[in-house]
Amino acid sequence: MQRRTILRLSVLGAAVLGASAITLRLAGRRSPEAVRADASTVLRGAIPAILTGVLPLEGGANQAAREQALERTLAAIDGLPPATRAELDQLFGLLASHPGRWLAGLDWGNATPEQVAFFLQRWRTSSFDLFVVGYQAIHDLVLGSWYADPSSWDAIGYPGPTKL
Amino acid sequence: MTERLASIADPVADGLARGWKVIDGAALDHAQMVECDVAVIGTGAGGGVTAELLTRAGLAVVLVEEGPLKSSRDFKMREADAYPTLYWESAARKTKDKAINILQGRSVGGSTTVNWTSSFRTPPATLAFWRQQFGLVDYTAEVLDPHFAQAEARFHIQPWSTPPNTNNDLLKKGATALGIPVASMRRNVQGCWNLGYCGMGCPTNAKQSMLVTTIPAALDRGARLYTRTRALRFEFAGNRVARLICVALAQDGMTATPTTVSIRARHYVVAGGAINSPAMLLRSEAPDPYRRLGLRTFLHPTVISAALFESRVDGYEGAPQSVYSDHFLERDPIDGPLGFKLEVPPLHPVLFASTLYGFGPVHADLMRQFTRTHVQIALLRDGFHGDSRGGSVGLGSDGMPVLDYPLTPVVWDGVRRALLAMAEIQFAAGAKAVYPLHEQAEGYATVAAARAAIAQLSLRPLLTRVVSAHVMGGCGMAADERRGVVDGHGRHFQIDNLSVFDGSIFPTSIGANPQLSIYGIVGKLAGELAAQLSGGAAPVLA
Repeated sequence: MQRRTILRLSVLGAAVLGASAITLRLAGRRSPEAVRADASTVLRGAIPAILTGVLPLEGGANQAAREQALERTLAAIDGLPPATRAELDQLFGLLASHPGRWLAGLDWGNATPEQVAFFLQRWRTSSFDLFVVGYQAIHDLVLGSWYADPSSWDAIGYPGPTKL
Repeated sequence: MTERLASIADPVADGLARGWKVIDGAALDHAQMVECDVAVIGTGAGGGVTAELLTRAGLAVVLVEEGPLKSSRDFKMREADAYPTLYWESAARKTKDKAINILQGRSVGGSTTVNWTSSFRTPPATLAFWRQQFGLVDYTAEVLDPHFAQAEARFHIQPWSTPPNTNNDLLKKGATALGIPVASMRRNVQGCWNLGYCGMGCPTNAKQSMLVTTIPAALDRGARLYTRTRALRFEFAGNRVARLICVALAQDGMTATPTTVSIRARHYVVAGGAINSPAMLLRSEAPDPYRRLGLRTFLHPTVISAALFESRVDGYEGAPQSVYSDHFLERDPIDGPLGFKLEVPPLHPVLFASTLYGFGPVHADLMRQFTRTHVQIALLRDGFHGDSRGGSVGLGSDGMPVLDYPLTPVVWDGVRRALLAMAEIQFAAGAKAVYPLHEQAEGYATVAAARAAIAQLSLRPLLTRVVSAHVMGGCGMAADERRGVVDGHGRHFQIDNLSVFDGSIFPTSIGANPQLSIYGIVGKLAGELAAQLSGGAAPVLA
């Protein structure tokens, strides 16, 4: 699985991604619901990997924290300007699409956090800037949103803003 | 403390109660036609100083600001509120290839509402370069010093006598141990509580930003302010601006509505800040016969080194910046290998977590050391070396600016030296481990390990975290139109009734935090314009 994934993330992979981007663009604007569904699919898969070591371990609490992380990340995306949102829509649309899932070697809904982490790690240090950009977008959005919330501050010893 | 808080005056709330003419674009439902003497686009360092001086000369001024009007009542020291409200693109504005993250303010007061208060006069070496390379013969310390002094008095720019917080003190301690000179910052504050949240809007109005100084002064003298209103484009008639077309923004503060605000004025001042000012002129298809517009946009590309200490650093607390070193700016000639200024940033959870490399357990472990982490930044002085030509501003398909800033070998050479210098200083200050912010780096426990690793790092865009909080250039000044967009008075070379008064007129980067350079230089230029338009003496900031 690992070797195959590496091979997929090759020049061929970049070509597939480029072609898919063009296809998506030609397909025209998708509905806001479809865009949101794609973002949710990818982020639901990415959040447990990005936040390993941060999310509570216990099942119910873990599930609730993952949902909160998703909601906060989607809210952060809503605060970005239209052009940036359009780029993110494209990223999530690709990753949730058939070619994107093939490229990542991942079915976002069923992948383990370890499988997702392996994929993210490949993108993180890829020699293709497009992949690094995609990784960093997910990294910044998920982690930034997580630590924006006061409930995350105890774990890092941050007392919060001075009480006035 | 609650009593002290209750006693803090909010000059914005008071002014609105007194009847300031402030129009929220998002509340407009029909087109507006406005006439005035001078239309000023932007309310940051450039627009603020301009507005005060023009109104002091008795001129009727209309200000146009794309961001919202927020004041101390709204500033809650929370990143989650501050970044989406007070910064361009939620504090995540990026260059075209996404390799540089840019912090730029976007509310009334512009970046002065959210900056970290560090104040430096334009370095003499920078001015000398402008005289030699761009023919700006008036740009001498002798000519500008009175204007810097005026701005320093107006904005209470003074040495910061409170002891530095630990984060700043560690820069001092490490550098001193290595024989590297450091100095204390001057800051534009009055009665500062030393809280550490300048970047989220000053909750006590101690920071003497444009929001609490020049903008209130202008509004008290009858200026009109349109907020959440985008200056879309100029319409030209021959070699003059005939009118300025603005669009009101929707409630989200980002989306344009069909509602227009059309402004006719005798003179127009563009002060949207670098990136935005050249983009506005590009949208207007302003004449640009020598293809200078948007070029030579500078960022002080900044790299970051985090270090872990045994005891608490608490980098979120206390004046964010109070110590700096210019040692690595002064070692080489100004047009030689890129020099860098060393400073520290404040540490807050969102900015730190999103800037830190890695994810999962690696990231979680670093975050758990948040209170014991000290961070240094190195700001590279771009625009002087022959191969350091900065970036170019273009327009996206939606008409919004896109900055293409290629990180070239001359920048990477500086980046490697900067990462090394910071690691050495951090170990000299007693760091247990040093983390250069690079996707391929890790924590290094000894100076030898850090040196070896930094020497080998693959320095290329995205892998190395590069950030910027200083945007300059793009409408550069020069003595002649072949070398610049505006002349040494900030007047547009091809359009008679148009000036640019902000950081975008700098022909290079400054080599220091730019706010005081903007205050002083715009103070001179806007004073001259006010005298010309009013027929009186040049007004002064007071």
